[in-house]
Amino acid sequence: MADLLGFLFKHDVAPAEVVKRSREDRFLARELIDGLFTDFIELHGDRLGNDDESIIGGVAMLGNRPVTVIAIDKGIDINDKLSKRNGSPQPWGYRKAQRLMKQAEKFHRPIITFINTPGAFPGKEAEAQGQGDAIAQSILESMKLTVPMIAIIYGEGGSGGALALATADQVWMFENATYSILSPEGFASILWKDSKRSDEAAGIMGLTPKDLLEKHIIEYVIPENRHHAKVFSALSAKLTTEINQLEQVGGQELVKMRRARFRAF
Amino acid sequence: MDLFNSHKNDIANIVVDEAAKNRIPDGLFLACPYCGSQMYNKQLGKYRVCANCGYGFRLQARERVALLADEFEEFDEDVSMHNPDFPGYADKLARAKKQTDMGESVLTGRALIKGQAVALGIMDSYFMMGSLGSKTGEKITRLFEYATANRLPLVMFTASGGARMQEGINSLMQMAKISGAVAAHQEAGLLYLVVLTDPTTGGVTASFAMQGDITLAEPHALVGFAGARVIESTIHEKLPKDFQRAETLLANGFVDKIVPRPDLASVIAKIVQMHSGEV
Repeated sequence: MADLLGFLFKHDVAPAEVVKRSREDRFLARELIDGLFTDFIELHGDRLGNDDESIIGGVAMLGNRPVTVIAIDKGIDINDKLSKRNGSPQPWGYRKAQRLMKQAEKFHRPIITFINTPGAFPGKEAEAQGQGDAIAQSILESMKLTVPMIAIIYGEGGSGGALALATADQVWMFENATYSILSPEGFASILWKDSKRSDEAAGIMGLTPKDLLEKHIIEYVIPENRHHAKVFSALSAKLTTEINQLEQVGGQELVKMRRARFRAF
Repeated sequence: MDLFNSHKNDIANIVVDEAAKNRIPDGLFLACPYCGSQMYNKQLGKYRVCANCGYGFRLQARERVALLADEFEEFDEDVSMHNPDFPGYADKLARAKKQTDMGESVLTGRALIKGQAVALGIMDSYFMMGSLGSKTGEKITRLFEYATANRLPLVMFTASGGARMQEGINSLMQMAKISGAVAAHQEAGLLYLVVLTDPTTGGVTASFAMQGDITLAEPHALVGFAGARVIESTIHEKLPKDFQRAETLLANGFVDKIVPRPDLASVIAKIVQMHSGEV
């Protein structure tokens, strides 16, 4: 009965409630990787002297096909969250992602990214190491890839820090995820000089999957279920189908299509 | 630790329009926003540069093009796109248009700079803080497409407070849209030259401002991703004075050369010429 009610009323979830749920760590990065893929081998480092733990990257099998996986991780317990800044990547995290994208390109592997971030980290070292440059280069690199790329926002899709991994052929969102230019708190504080009016801001920002699907910002909303195994089983089947289709397209055509996808905005 | 206050990680920085305060009528006394030196407006000269520290006062795009180019043919003064509806947005746009004599926050066109033909883009921080609206993104994208089709180098002067909040996610999409056009221009083997001017922040820094082959900056220009106040409140530490200034970016390896405003035209022309295959 609870499931049925949830199904019947899920479209009526208020945007402020979606914002709240998007921050609840309903899904964890490692859980997604283990649930969707087999034989995950994590690969570390940007080869420039750093490794950012808030971005997990590596190779794994999706069914019988090797794929490159890049996932933003908010961490689990408080210490883990502190060291990962609650999923706010450093520039060297994005540079690790770029390295893995180039590697995927070399070995003709599709790329699947998982995004859950309040935004790129606004820190002293992050600025000194070129946070802007890191995001700019991630976007540019994504625009050149001849392999399929699918981005999945599974919690918060915070601004440029999310876009850096979401310049993909298709962008999907979990049912209780958000994607926006800035947080409702930030929006409210700019607009009304009052960050407490964030619920009201969430209502007009158009940050829910439903709003974003209507505007063609995303292609697909991933239904959630409290039995995560059910979500993963449906999602891995969907990934396989879509990647098969994208692979039929061919590298140069794929680049053209990806650029055209964003050219439309 | 304010790590979990996610609203502090925002790309849309609030940049105070210091420039508006500086624009006082001729003949009056003013202070350099960078070094604080007091001077008569007239002392800034035609380039509007601080006589003490070389800081370039913020210019309107039309003022800059007059200082820079021998000839200029403007493109797409207004592009027919629908601006998203948002409370008060239409009024704000109308005011910005009137104040700046611009259709949007960027001026684009074909220019001759000391004899070198270039596709030229100049952002205007007086137009809604140079924020990245859909039309801004469209004009810049078209400029790259024009440059690619006509095999021209592209020179872009950046000046922006970041995303345009009123346009929401569409503003974010402009970063990707422009980057697609930058990629095509790059693949055609053409030169993309960026000039970072005060202030360049947020989504512009996190996209086309940091995608040039060669990156110049004006002295003491503020360039960064996150706003200084956001960083300070996240790390609970006061940032050093020159933290996000051009000189620091040069030292950290994100800028190739700092060029005083009066020298920009000749340096740009020289770089363009060296990449033209007609040296």
